[in-house]
Amino acid sequence: MKENFPLNLGSDAPMVRFSKVTKCYGELTVLDSLDLDVQQNEIVSIIGPSGSGKTTVLRMLMTLEEINDGVIYVDGQPLTHMPKNNELIKANEAHLRKMRNNIGMVFQHFNLFPHMTALGNCMEAPMHVLGMSRTEALARSEELLEMVGLADKIHEHPARLSGGQQQRVAIARALAMRPKILLFDEVTSALDPEVIGEVLNVIRSLASEHSLTMLMVTHQMGFAREISDRICFFYEGKIAEEGAPQQIFENPQNERTRQFLSAVLDAN
Amino acid sequence: MQHYLEYLQAYGGRFVDGTLVTIQQTLLAALLAIFVAALFGMMRLSEKWLIRGTSIVYIEFFRGTSLLVQLYWIFFVLPLLGVTFDKFTAGFVAVGLNLGAYGAELVRGSIEAVPKGQYEACHALNMSYYKRMRRIILPQALLLMLPPWGNLLIELLKGTALVSLISVTDLMFEAKQINGTTYLSAESFGTALIIYYLMARVVVSPGMRAFERYWGKKMGRI
Ligand SMILES: Nc1ncnc2c1ncn2[C@@H]1O[C@H](COP(=O)(O)OP(=O)(O)O)[C@@H](O)[C@H]1O
Ligand SMILES: [Mg+2]
Repeated sequence: MKENFPLNLGSDAPMVRFSKVTKCYGELTVLDSLDLDVQQNEIVSIIGPSGSGKTTVLRMLMTLEEINDGVIYVDGQPLTHMPKNNELIKANEAHLRKMRNNIGMVFQHFNLFPHMTALGNCMEAPMHVLGMSRTEALARSEELLEMVGLADKIHEHPARLSGGQQQRVAIARALAMRPKILLFDEVTSALDPEVIGEVLNVIRSLASEHSLTMLMVTHQMGFAREISDRICFFYEGKIAEEGAPQQIFENPQNERTRQFLSAVLDAN
Repeated sequence: MQHYLEYLQAYGGRFVDGTLVTIQQTLLAALLAIFVAALFGMMRLSEKWLIRGTSIVYIEFFRGTSLLVQLYWIFFVLPLLGVTFDKFTAGFVAVGLNLGAYGAELVRGSIEAVPKGQYEACHALNMSYYKRMRRIILPQALLLMLPPWGNLLIELLKGTALVSLISVTDLMFEAKQINGTTYLSAESFGTALIIYYLMARVVVSPGMRAFERYWGKKMGRI
């Protein structure tokens, strides 16, 4: 089926590789033969105008969207394909579930489980997906909630937490699964300005540990510049420009990048 | 008034007997309806067309034809095909299957009303279909469907009056019998009317509201 793609990428593979990935919704081609590598423990921020396909990149990696063409590799293994008779075929559910364990995602609207406490939200998947014991899941979840600064809120339901607190629970919940890759989709866009900082602080401290590969879609340009190893500027489903934060923000080469940055920075 | 008290003294026992049968019919039919509603409501959302199709046919058939005709079918026609129910069983089975079809639509609608973000969070946490439904989606769907289920259970209670037509000795049956021997129609059907009303408004509605509050609290709603 997929003759020109290797079955796996061997031992020195990047953590994530998009290889000629195309995504369409009907007639609309949202991503056009996208190539993108992310190295282990690298922090990459994706910026670009609305509708340029940023969210779609993350959702395909989370296997929330199917891909129409190309192959995504995670830790060297194909994500939504699997090898059979020396060819890549569509992955079965068992393969998808194995691969998905590598990846966690934090959403713009938190998506916490409203009927569970902060602690319950964090313990749910470690216990019922990974099969971890209650004691172990509890210890891990308490530790993570403390790390995100919510040690005194562990028994609260989401409805009783502020947006910033809910988003920090969501980060702890994703981390409880010990993913290798963590995806952030505009995680501060739904927050009141005064609580954005507390969420960014959590992400900042994660970034400083450099033990997690992070892909982040964001409109917080200052923050992206501060913590990212690399910035990708998306325009109409393609990477129009990528590079070190300093280069992108101080010396953008592409006309589109310049326009976008000046529009965003003016708005701030 | 004096006259009505005498009437009650003479026939009150039979109204009590009838009411007890109506309560049994209602409880058994409700259990069946809930089971049927959960099963066909979830099948209705299956990705497999055969499962979804089976559910659609069931729901359409039982909602699209009359409960009375279904009751007669189950009691009078199925025996000709070799399936025989006693009248008590035929009664609650017909009512349960019929109201279950309406309930299936409530189950489907409430599952679909759980926000998409909940499914995506489950997916991102790698939960299986079974875990996702049982632990995340259904508890939230239940909270959404409880108010309409309150109405449906009252419909079900009232619907059980039809079983008197196949001679199940329920409240309606007793009222008709007493009316037949005494010709006191206002008293007979008036009493039945009041008992049905009290069961609906004093037992079912407050019961459902209490369960709604309990579940709401459990779900963290303030
Ligand atoms: N489920 C969908 N159906 C149809 N079109 C979609 C869907 N999701 C996204 N799109 C379209 O794909 C394009 C890229 O969307 P998205 O990745 O969300 O952009 P961004 O996150 O950069 O704003 C947009 O034009 C959007 O309208
Ligand atoms: Mg987006």
